[in-house]
Amino acid sequence: MNDTTAKTDTAPTPQELAVREKKELPGEEKTIPGRFFVPSTDVYETEDGLTLVMEMPGAARDGLDISLEEGVLRVEGRLDFSKYQGLGPVYTEYNVGHYARSFSLSDKVDQDNIGAKLEDGVLTLTLPKAPAARPRRIAVS
Amino acid sequence: MARLPSPFDTVQGLQQALDSFRTSSWLDASPSGGGAYPPINVFRKGEDFALIAELPGVKKSDIEVQVKGRTVRITGGKAVDYPAGSAVHRRERLVGRFDRAISLPFEIDAERVQAESRDGVLALLLTRAEHDKPRTITVS
Repeated sequence: MNDTTAKTDTAPTPQELAVREKKELPGEEKTIPGRFFVPSTDVYETEDGLTLVMEMPGAARDGLDISLEEGVLRVEGRLDFSKYQGLGPVYTEYNVGHYARSFSLSDKVDQDNIGAKLEDGVLTLTLPKAPAARPRRIAVS
Repeated sequence: MARLPSPFDTVQGLQQALDSFRTSSWLDASPSGGGAYPPINVFRKGEDFALIAELPGVKKSDIEVQVKGRTVRITGGKAVDYPAGSAVHRRERLVGRFDRAISLPFEIDAERVQAESRDGVLALLLTRAEHDKPRTITVS
């Protein structure tokens, strides 16, 4: 939390992208058709707050469901499978499904000012820190 | 009672196919491209084929698609940026460059390729070249 590493240290080094199999959501079972996968997520913290960046390719804005209940942030991204209607698979390498993941938040988050942005299949959630939790500089007189 | 085809059936069929096709050798690896990223799914749509790849976080302007003969090549790069002075608690997203060439079992009409990228999913609609289409021979 007090880590103030410079950007050069935190920025990942570019390389050849490798294929990674999607992880299915463990635990709870769903009763709607389609599988649920765990979206790859980056979490980073700045002085102002916490940012969650989740990869949910195929999920459109109206398929997103973000809720915060009793300190648990739950994100669900549902896919519209109707796009696949009339398509016959001939060769497949990856599985297609919905996305879901939850995070328990500390109560230092300003729960009324959470921001969400979806771009190119990536959901960015900004969770500002509650004013009381922000670092304060105390001037010595 | 007769059941109407529903999107649920589409999902079921898709999932079953996805599970059973994993080991298919329908496409052979092509020597002209680098790695196996992005993973792709190929669907038949009537006479045409749809090639779909998931590229979350890759901007449209960073994707390049080339088509020649039977080969489709998808190249590009993806960058992830953390603001200066941030502490990274979790890093699961992958970054880097990709270059993949796929050889399809038919000639592609390069003039009629439709490419669309939406919500991090790249979809290419490929039409078989006219001269490559099979001809029906009437038996006399």
